[in-house]
Amino acid sequence: MTASTDVILLRGGRVIDPVNGVDGVCDLLLADGRIKAVAPSGTIADLPAETKVYELAGKLVCPGFIDMHVHLREPGEEYKETIETGSRAAAAGGFTAVACMPNTKPVNDNLAVTSLILAKAALAGLARVYPVGAISKTSQGESLAEFGEMRQAGVVAVTDDGLPVNNSQLMRRALEYAGSHGLLVISHAEEMALSRNGVMNDGALATRLGLRGIPGAAEEIMVYRDLALAGYTKRPIHIAHVSTRESVSLIRRAKEKGIRVTAETAPHYFTLTEEAVDNYNTRAKMNPPLRTADDVAAICAGLHDGTLDAIATDHAPHSELEKEVEFDLAANGIIGLETAVPLALALVRQGKIDIGRLVELMSVNPAHILGVVGGSLAEGGVADVTVIDPEKKFVFKEEDIHSKSKNSPFLGSQLQGKAVLTIMGGRVTYGDGI
Amino acid sequence: MPGEYHFTHKHVLGLADFSVADINLVLQTAESFKEISTRSIKKVPTLRGKTVINLFFEPSTRTRLSFEVAAKRMSADTFNISSSSSSTTKGETLIDTARNLTAMKPDCIIIRHSRSGSARLLADNIDASVINAGDGTHEHPSQGLLDLMTVKEAKGKIAGLKIAIIGDIAHSRVAHSNIIGFSKMGAQVVVGGPATLIPPGIEEMGATVSRNVIDAVDGADVVMALRIQQERQQDPLFPSLREYAGFYGVSPKVVDAAAPDAIIMHPGPINRGVELDPRVADGSRSVILEQVTNGVAVRMALIYLIMGGN
Ligand SMILES: [Zn+2]
Repeated sequence: MTASTDVILLRGGRVIDPVNGVDGVCDLLLADGRIKAVAPSGTIADLPAETKVYELAGKLVCPGFIDMHVHLREPGEEYKETIETGSRAAAAGGFTAVACMPNTKPVNDNLAVTSLILAKAALAGLARVYPVGAISKTSQGESLAEFGEMRQAGVVAVTDDGLPVNNSQLMRRALEYAGSHGLLVISHAEEMALSRNGVMNDGALATRLGLRGIPGAAEEIMVYRDLALAGYTKRPIHIAHVSTRESVSLIRRAKEKGIRVTAETAPHYFTLTEEAVDNYNTRAKMNPPLRTADDVAAICAGLHDGTLDAIATDHAPHSELEKEVEFDLAANGIIGLETAVPLALALVRQGKIDIGRLVELMSVNPAHILGVVGGSLAEGGVADVTVIDPEKKFVFKEEDIHSKSKNSPFLGSQLQGKAVLTIMGGRVTYGDGI
Repeated sequence: MPGEYHFTHKHVLGLADFSVADINLVLQTAESFKEISTRSIKKVPTLRGKTVINLFFEPSTRTRLSFEVAAKRMSADTFNISSSSSSTTKGETLIDTARNLTAMKPDCIIIRHSRSGSARLLADNIDASVINAGDGTHEHPSQGLLDLMTVKEAKGKIAGLKIAIIGDIAHSRVAHSNIIGFSKMGAQVVVGGPATLIPPGIEEMGATVSRNVIDAVDGADVVMALRIQQERQQDPLFPSLREYAGFYGVSPKVVDAAAPDAIIMHPGPINRGVELDPRVADGSRSVILEQVTNGVAVRMALIYLIMGGN
């Protein structure tokens, strides 16, 4: 990343830095890619002449948001997204870092693909991109990918995301072997025998639409299996995209028992229900599928009480080609980077979580889980900062999207709260009218 | 006149979209068209110059033929595009097909497709009227309407009747349209079959569930058997056709549990000896051939009504 960074003063915003117990109006001085000073507003003196000053009264100044679950599609499906366009979408959504899943073409199951991703990310220079490697070679679920070499090349975790690891012995060995290389294992929890050919949540709506359902049990069975394996191997496991009430309660109980589990959910799982797919709306088709209002309530409770550790978007770009088809044939997934902040802020406005908890979920915890920089605004730390205007209202429009793909069920929705300034390594990667 | 009823549908995608007044109008119109089929010259000039395309992505001789006869009796020009000759097998999407068809300026497209929601997808992407002739496991509205017509003819009414639908409710678009249609018209719909073939939430569509076939048909005015689709057997839904026929087949013993004047229906084609005992299928209470006759009349009515006749 570029060495020459400006001196930046973020003045008068409400600084929310849970790790350091800060929640109040402060000034933040950034220089040389680091946080130089955090001090009561107006007290930082002797600013260099070239200091760029941002007046942030009424804005929220947070440690840079980290999205630990995105699909950047490069290499292989650059017509949907590239590392550059995905990084730009991340910056525009208020993210300073993303962890990209390995289901590219070819799969990121070796150091060559890992190195390519990192090289492209450095070239774009808009976000820290942390590649996640595959658990199994080509994610076929048969033999372990080369964790050691991928770790050396720069992966931060392993997963076969997009697919579950069906073979329990392989999952056990992955947990054990990942421990030898200091890698986190991320579980895409899905029992394929139950979910196969399913395209939405199982239930009355699926029956009415004549669509094959995916029962919540398809997720919960695998969540339980992976919790059992994590307990048995005494290794940490991270559960991706939790969508059901029972998954939340399984994770809650596992945490009580001391199993080393962390978990994420996505904004769509606490915002939308299966009703969004009515009228065969392929823009709301995803895996795991949108569930019921009861599941949404449990997800919100899990975000509040610490059962769920992170909000990650599962940003999954697809072109119109994959979505303008029969519902059965449409691709799973939605873009999420540019709607996560307003959707999460809605939880704060609804009183379901407070703003400090939001920063934990979107910055502090992802940094800790992945073992990467950020998550804090301590002096001396990396100058990764997300500035949010919590009042800003906007209609989410196709022409405003930075991602290459536009597949979002929130198109046309009135949203409130937006990242207005994103700073990564002391450099402004996104600024909106500020 | 305020409150005056008008049939306003451009498409027929499912009975879920139809009001009681819509259904009554279709049935009345079909009754008047049925008379045409009894004439020596079975043709009226109503739709002369109009183009109707049968776009069938699933093989179905009887439904396609029924729609074709219906359109021809009203003097429309009809064209058939079947799955073997359609382009989707060559990678063209349904939307591409819709756009290509639009260029030919058809007035009405009848679509049969294996995917639920495909009729709506076509309707959303074409200027012509669209009639759903069966989309996946969603709906088959013209079948539902012809069943309503058949019951109304046989019983003189629909409201207050008990309709028992037996068999594969989960994968049957016919069952879905019938449950919606009969419950809308005030009948009591009871479905029966093995739990593996009763989908979740079917009660919300208007049916009550009975696991036992004898209970389901108890006192029923109409007993409808549904076709078992043997190709679904990769999903372990029941152990064997033999066991299915024994427990869930509509046999003379099952019919004995129904009302003494109950009628027997089946959307066809029948797996004789599986879901329907041949003695029942061919017995005096069977109205299966009447269903076929009414199918043409109902389809004439639908094509006529959506093309602006009223
Ligand atoms: Zn996944």
